Amino acid sequence: MNNILECKNLTKAFGNKVALNDVTLSIPRGRIIGLLGPNASGKSTFIKLCNDLLTPTRGEILIDGKRPGVETKKIVSYLPERNYLNEWMRVSDIVGFFRDFYDDFNVEKAYDMLNRLDINPRDKLKTMSKGTKEKVQLILVMSREAQLYMLDEPIGGVDPAARDYILDTILGNYNENATIILSTHIISDIEKILDEVIFIKEGRIVLNKTVDEIREETGKSVDSLFREVFRC
Amino acid sequence: MAWELKSDRPIYAQLIEQIELRICSGVYPLGSKIPPVRELAQEAAVNPNTMQRALAKLEEDGLLYTNRTAGRFVTEDVKLVKQVRNKLAREHAQIFIKKMTELGFEHDEILSIINSIMKEMKE
Repeated sequence: MNNILECKNLTKAFGNKVALNDVTLSIPRGRIIGLLGPNASGKSTFIKLCNDLLTPTRGEILIDGKRPGVETKKIVSYLPERNYLNEWMRVSDIVGFFRDFYDDFNVEKAYDMLNRLDINPRDKLKTMSKGTKEKVQLILVMSREAQLYMLDEPIGGVDPAARDYILDTILGNYNENATIILSTHIISDIEKILDEVIFIKEGRIVLNKTVDEIREETGKSVDSLFREVFRC
Repeated sequence: MAWELKSDRPIYAQLIEQIELRICSGVYPLGSKIPPVRELAQEAAVNPNTMQRALAKLEEDGLLYTNRTAGRFVTEDVKLVKQVRNKLAREHAQIFIKKMTELGFEHDEILSIINSIMKEMKE
């Protein structure tokens, strides 16, 4: 199985509102892929479908050849768009939780990253700023030795300096056979680390190319092309 | 030396230029070992596959070579590095001349401007 993720004619409707419309995609191993689209374009719906939080209305998703479920959760590390950790817990407790939950969780890596970002493992989540909480979540997710990372808006709420560190963390911590899919609308900061970008608009894929193909063909950055495609 | 990447041109082509520049200016001396792909990618904050592609092209051009077990090295071919240096010089000069022409300067005016600035910088 060369592709880590395949989906065919994937469609998700909520009542008569179609959030994802006939999406067919193949995503190979060893790539960093940006899922780019404005608000309400279907990014999170796609990621949730891949993580078995939603079920498709039509079509199919295969991750490492399997439908999303318990088996795929073992190899997919997912960063949801919102904080789901218990506020009263200390970071060290949560690290323990993750270690118990996931066979592929690397405790040493987690503490190393916490240390580098000056986060005290004894601190409780509720004492932390929004940005620090986001960093903790990302550290937890990146400390797994997963085959597929799905990061929903990983850099939304953090300042530019921390953003640089997070991108550095992403580059430094994933193994080269793993694939990272990250959704965002802050493109200029991240386009350099991406292999490919997928533009998603009103539930459909409108473009799927490498960053350098886009720059070569249009003479524009992904960021400026995005602004053109999605002009309001 | 910091990695400077512009947003409107392919990253891969810019990485090639920047590594060429590092070789010509001696940041990576002839015959020396360069850092592994991952490290370079992280340093430049770019995708490792893009860095890999740039290094592969530089190998194809002969500026780098891989020793299967020991890693990647800069060529020891002085002549080749001189050629690359000349190529980079020509490219920079062409850009400069094009800009000056756009500003409406004639060729001999451009030359005299260069001469007077070089004199100033010496002083």
